[in-house]
Amino acid sequence: MTKTPHISVQHLNVHIGNQHILNDININIPDKKVTSIIGPSGCGKTTLLRSFNRLLDNTPGVSITGKVLVDGEDIYDPKAEVTHIRKKMGLLSQRPYPLPMSIYDNVAYGPRIHGIRKKQELDQLVEEQLKATGLWNEVKDRLNASATRLSIGQQQRLCLARGLAVSPEIILGDESTSALDPVSTSIIEDLFISLKEKYSIVLVTHILRQARRVSDYIVFVYGGKIIEFGPTEDVLLNPKEELTREYVKGYIS
Amino acid sequence: MRRRKAEELFFKILMLIAAIIVCGSFFLIVGTIFAKGLPYMNLDMLTKTPGGGFYIGKEGGILNAIIGSLYVAGGATILGLLISIPVAIFINMYMNGKKFLSDSLRVAFDVLFGIPSIVYGAFGFLIMVYFGFRASLLGGIIAVTLLVIPILVRTLDEVIGTVPLELRDAALSLGATRWEMAKVVLRQIRPGIFTAILLSFGRAIGDVASVLFTAGFSDNIPTSLHEPAATLPLAIFFQLSSPVEEVQGRGYASALILTIIVLVITVLSEILIKKFSKHKS
Ligand SMILES: Nc1ncnc2c1ncn2[C@@H]1O[C@H](COP(=O)(O)OP(=O)(O)OP(=O)(O)O)[C@@H](O)[C@H]1O
Ligand SMILES: [Mg+2]
Repeated sequence: MTKTPHISVQHLNVHIGNQHILNDININIPDKKVTSIIGPSGCGKTTLLRSFNRLLDNTPGVSITGKVLVDGEDIYDPKAEVTHIRKKMGLLSQRPYPLPMSIYDNVAYGPRIHGIRKKQELDQLVEEQLKATGLWNEVKDRLNASATRLSIGQQQRLCLARGLAVSPEIILGDESTSALDPVSTSIIEDLFISLKEKYSIVLVTHILRQARRVSDYIVFVYGGKIIEFGPTEDVLLNPKEELTREYVKGYIS
Repeated sequence: MRRRKAEELFFKILMLIAAIIVCGSFFLIVGTIFAKGLPYMNLDMLTKTPGGGFYIGKEGGILNAIIGSLYVAGGATILGLLISIPVAIFINMYMNGKKFLSDSLRVAFDVLFGIPSIVYGAFGFLIMVYFGFRASLLGGIIAVTLLVIPILVRTLDEVIGTVPLELRDAALSLGATRWEMAKVVLRQIRPGIFTAILLSFGRAIGDVASVLFTAGFSDNIPTSLHEPAATLPLAIFFQLSSPVEEVQGRGYASALILTIIVLVITVLSEILIKKFSKHKS
């Protein structure tokens, strides 16, 4: 990790109600790499991911302390513009949630709200992003059809294209393949691998094989704490911590 | 074993009886209205205002009340929507984290929902007296708007609640402002908005008590908001209380018209709901 980190989390503590969900998180997410967050259910992976684009703010009863620096700027600074921060990060959730509009409008939605109006420019962006997610040939004849007509796998790629259309720097994925069939899953995994040329990618996953296949670094979270962070091979094959070893045991054997 | 079978049979019969009573009374009501109203139904009823001696059984129709009712119910529903949509959005999207406040607001609207319409009529009347209005179309619209707001807010609140939080997250994570996110949610619930409109319009057009003091009554079609306006339920009430048989018959014909209007609106909104559901998964 010679480059400067893309996201730098410093002493992040998250409480929801009186529960301490994330406990003194410190981590540097490397630039233009795939970093996977793994850990048992309920350990705080989603919460950590949502702290990166401040979606966590919307959780009732949440209180957040500490710093999250993106490109060196603290996103929790009261003066920070939240829409601007979120625009920097594309989010791919567990299941696809296309916006209630056509395929074309789904991709064009982001650019439109950020002020791009020219049809020519939008057309080009839509085509470009649909190509980037390998969807173009499948949908180019029905761009005006409702997005909900697509298969779940296609919808997930559409959601990725929609996120890419606002030219983010970072892609966040929360178990983004868990609702998909094996073929769609491997399409999405391949996309992640190819997209890291241009984007920094942070994924939450339960599938260690997936973490191994797509990620450069792995973060192991347990009980709201980061137990171990390092290159994929090290964490999965040669964990330093006992807790990590327990968790990845099934994978090694 | 025998006992369980008997029990099963008993409740089956009970449910069948209940179903027959419900369906039966529906057809009985509609049937009665048709049977009693149809003989008095004619084009004049729909196209003319009451002529000379209408109330003793002479010529003319109830166009004044038809138009008046459509004005009142339509005006109240539109006005109600203009108020309810922002309220529902505010409760659902601008108050997160303040659960106590949003829950209190919901309870308040539930209470308002349960208040009988005569109270809204009386309240509307008080407002009018305070501002020195006479009974008028505007007064009726205001009172009925108060009546339908809780219906609209409750319905909208419920349908907004069915929109997955992830959809909101999707919009927000593209850098949408809260209002832009709200617009996406509104798009998603368009079919629900039509349901709300239907419920509100149906309630508004059929309610007597709220327009009793506020809209007044007139044999003419109102040409401004400040003129009194006739409404169908009130027209039916007056006609049915008449001792003249023919006028009573016209009362049933008016009831038939009201029923048909509600029916048409129901069917129309079903069609619209279908049309706007196309983006829903
Ligand atoms: N809105 C909320 N209100 C209260 N507690 C919450 C809320 N969201 C999350 N939590 C709690 O925070 C903890 C971490 O949740 P989180 O969703 O981050 O876990 P996760 O690691 O993503 O789990 P999973 O693998 O099952 O998705 C859990 O104990 C959960 O109960
Ligand atoms: Mg999770």
